[in-house]
Amino acid sequence: MYRLCSILINILLCASVSGGVLEVGQNKAHGTLKRAISQAHTGDTLLVYPGTYREGTIEVDKPLVIIGKDQPVLDGELTYGILRVLSDSVVIRGLTLKDVGISYVDDLAAIRLVKSKHCTIESNRLINAFFGIYLERSTDCIIRNNHVLGYSEHEMNSGNAIHLWYSSRNLIEGNHAEGHRDGIYLEFVDNSTVKNNLVENNLRYGLHFMFSDDDYYQGNTFVSNGAGVAVMFSKNIRMEDNDFLDNWGSSSYGLLLKDITDSEIRNNRFNKNTIGIYAEGALRINITGNDFIRNGWAINMLGSCNDNTVHSNNFLHNTFEVTTNSKRNHNNYDGNYWSDNTGSYDLDRDGVSDVPYRPVKLFSFMIANMESSTILMRSLLVDLINHAEKMAPVITPHNLMDHIPLMKQVEHD
Amino acid sequence: MIEIKGLHKYYGNHHVLKDINLDIGEPGIYAILGPNGSGKSTLLKSIIGLVNPRQGTISVNGISVAGTHAYRNEISYLPQIARFPDNLRVFELIRLIKEIRNEEADESELVNLFQVESDIRKRLRNLSGGTRQKVNMILGFLFDTPYLILDEPTISLDPVSLTKFRKIISEKKEQGKIIIYTTHIMNLVEELSDHIILLLEGRIIFKGGLKDIYGKTGSSSLENAISMLVDKNGK
Amino acid sequence: MRKFIKYSFVDLIQSYWTILYFVFFLVVTSTILYFSADMTKSIVSMMNIVLVLIPLVSIVFGAIYYYNSREFTELLLAQPVRRRSLILGQYSGLALSLSISFTAGITIPFILKGIFASEHLPDFLLILLAGIGLSFSMSAIAYATALKHENKILGFGISLFIWFFLAVLYDGLILILLILFKEYPTDSLAIVLTFLNPIDLSRVMIMLGLDIAALMGYTGALFLKFFGSFTGIAISVFSVLCWIAIPSFLMVRIANNKDF
Repeated sequence: MYRLCSILINILLCASVSGGVLEVGQNKAHGTLKRAISQAHTGDTLLVYPGTYREGTIEVDKPLVIIGKDQPVLDGELTYGILRVLSDSVVIRGLTLKDVGISYVDDLAAIRLVKSKHCTIESNRLINAFFGIYLERSTDCIIRNNHVLGYSEHEMNSGNAIHLWYSSRNLIEGNHAEGHRDGIYLEFVDNSTVKNNLVENNLRYGLHFMFSDDDYYQGNTFVSNGAGVAVMFSKNIRMEDNDFLDNWGSSSYGLLLKDITDSEIRNNRFNKNTIGIYAEGALRINITGNDFIRNGWAINMLGSCNDNTVHSNNFLHNTFEVTTNSKRNHNNYDGNYWSDNTGSYDLDRDGVSDVPYRPVKLFSFMIANMESSTILMRSLLVDLINHAEKMAPVITPHNLMDHIPLMKQVEHD
Repeated sequence: MIEIKGLHKYYGNHHVLKDINLDIGEPGIYAILGPNGSGKSTLLKSIIGLVNPRQGTISVNGISVAGTHAYRNEISYLPQIARFPDNLRVFELIRLIKEIRNEEADESELVNLFQVESDIRKRLRNLSGGTRQKVNMILGFLFDTPYLILDEPTISLDPVSLTKFRKIISEKKEQGKIIIYTTHIMNLVEELSDHIILLLEGRIIFKGGLKDIYGKTGSSSLENAISMLVDKNGK
Repeated sequence: MRKFIKYSFVDLIQSYWTILYFVFFLVVTSTILYFSADMTKSIVSMMNIVLVLIPLVSIVFGAIYYYNSREFTELLLAQPVRRRSLILGQYSGLALSLSISFTAGITIPFILKGIFASEHLPDFLLILLAGIGLSFSMSAIAYATALKHENKILGFGISLFIWFFLAVLYDGLILILLILFKEYPTDSLAIVLTFLNPIDLSRVMIMLGLDIAALMGYTGALFLKFFGSFTGIAISVFSVLCWIAIPSFLMVRIANNKDF
């Protein structure tokens, strides 16, 4: 509610307070953005005409609406950060910002907000920015429908597409972030929403939470990132209706959970990731209603995870359904559909198999200890060994089982 | 002309043929006789090339046969046991053999002779043992070759077919062919054969004409003559 | 040789066993396609059947066929023909009829299920190729073994042992080797050992398609890269051909020195 109010106020402010319009362009009243800003009053609108503006770092120190007409280009000449917003209630819309300088000292960004509130960054194109949109101690802002395109090749010298630091109550929506280190990076960011973004081909993580609580991300698509989403040292994160696709690699995950508590993972789709969900130190997470399809490992839940619930999910044609590194299990896996459960039958016709199912294969332990044994995957020998272990578990946790495996796939969406 | 010189054959450690020397050049019917296991079949198979000799040479028309196959165009062979592919039909089988030999031949006379016209379109697996043996005969006599090698040709023939067999053999002899066969039926030998080769434990203990064997043993029956020779040369 | 391929093919394709084999694949494939929720599951089931059953049936059938046609082979060898042409011809006819029964048996249901429009078409084609490769190589092994051993029981016993060895024991040995040399990098060893077993080779090729996500893990990615590369594919094809050529060569050698 609070967030909604703040957005409304933001819009009202822009609309009502706005006074004059300052035209910026080669043959216009103001040749440069810097001049226009210095002459503008609170609430004025800067209409930026097409052209390329090379003005170094431009500071926006009063509440202004900066609108690009037909995507004028602000060029950082591979040297500078471009827009630096120091005021509240700034709107930046319709600009193309390109070629931000790379620095190992400053996190140079195409658009940087410093201690700002109620700002809107919308429909901009950011090309080859070191950092794209960077919020520093800024709250109640909206970052929407931007396309942030980078060409990063190494994690060491690349920045994040959208980066929030100590910035809460923000909305990140409908952006397309690609080719950076992280697509969207949140550090000490609470009560924020990330929705309907397309995040792809980033070197490290699509979406990365660090020390961030009470956040919600929904309806995003994460394709071919080092890992789709990483949630670390955080609590109360709601993750719903997202697609985690094709995150391939030796340490590649759809979703990486590390020291995270009390969260919800609901109605997501994990498709063809090397590991669907990798969880380390996860407590009281509720994993419900998700589809795990053709992943290498659907879930790898390490021994440090307790009191998590895996319920009403579909596990379809994963090479391995569940694996762990521990002989003990303190999580609940009841009531899922497992496509590998070929020994199920339902005589009392209650929709639940009359025999429990163990989703852990011994072979996944073998592979973890001895990678080259991958070559034996799907051999008759390995099938026999897996079966023997399921009959009488020696190495796999004996109580890791679904007591009520479903006979049919869960219908959802 | 079939010449065998110093032929030895072993099956493992078992010395099956010992120093066989034979010249078969004169047209006529040659009976190879001997007790079971004396090496009769092995000798025939050596000539036809089914068995590789350990030592010695075999030549047909003056050419050594080792490693060659063209000389078998000159030879018809009738194996002891007749078993054919289950699912082929009789006419397909005949056609197949013709194709393999790359040689035209007319089987109708033989088919008539052995009265298998009604079986010609049947699958071989559906034939009786006797009919199968007749088919075997047809294949054996189908081609006009100077040499005929027959391994126990009479073994499962009914009396009627046996008569026909005699007739064919006599005709072939008339035509000046060389017919070599093995058998256990002595009156057949007395009636048909011009030459006798007697094997015992892989060794030839007698070769010569029918009259020679009587002369040598002083016996009037072939059966007795052979028993005497076998006893004399045995251990 | 063509004549012999033709006759043994024409004979075998009409035999009850070949027809049974065809019907078996037809029924099993249809059943699997009908009962499985989706194509992926069907492909996995088919892979297991192909990898276990085709080698077994090819071996048993190969031995039976040789022993059954023993006397007729003798008759044919008495004709003016080369032993090599006859033996290779018979074997090819056998392998062809096995392959055709299998191919027809699994392809018909998959086509009716719309495999050509499916993303699993490559997996299916791989299974088909693997099945044909295995039919040829395993029946060659069986034929050579049967030629070598006149004693049927011994011949069957050895053939079945070869099957069991290649299908199960061999992987056990690989596993033991990998455990013994756990401290060393064993990836290349694993690859080399895979090439030496036609069943393993087929399995790995199919696995590459099915488990691509899992194979992206460290060593797996190495396998994926290797077997997916041109060199990998070339060596695989070469290795399959060797598994057909070497038993065929042995077959001819054994036949040439054999007394029929």
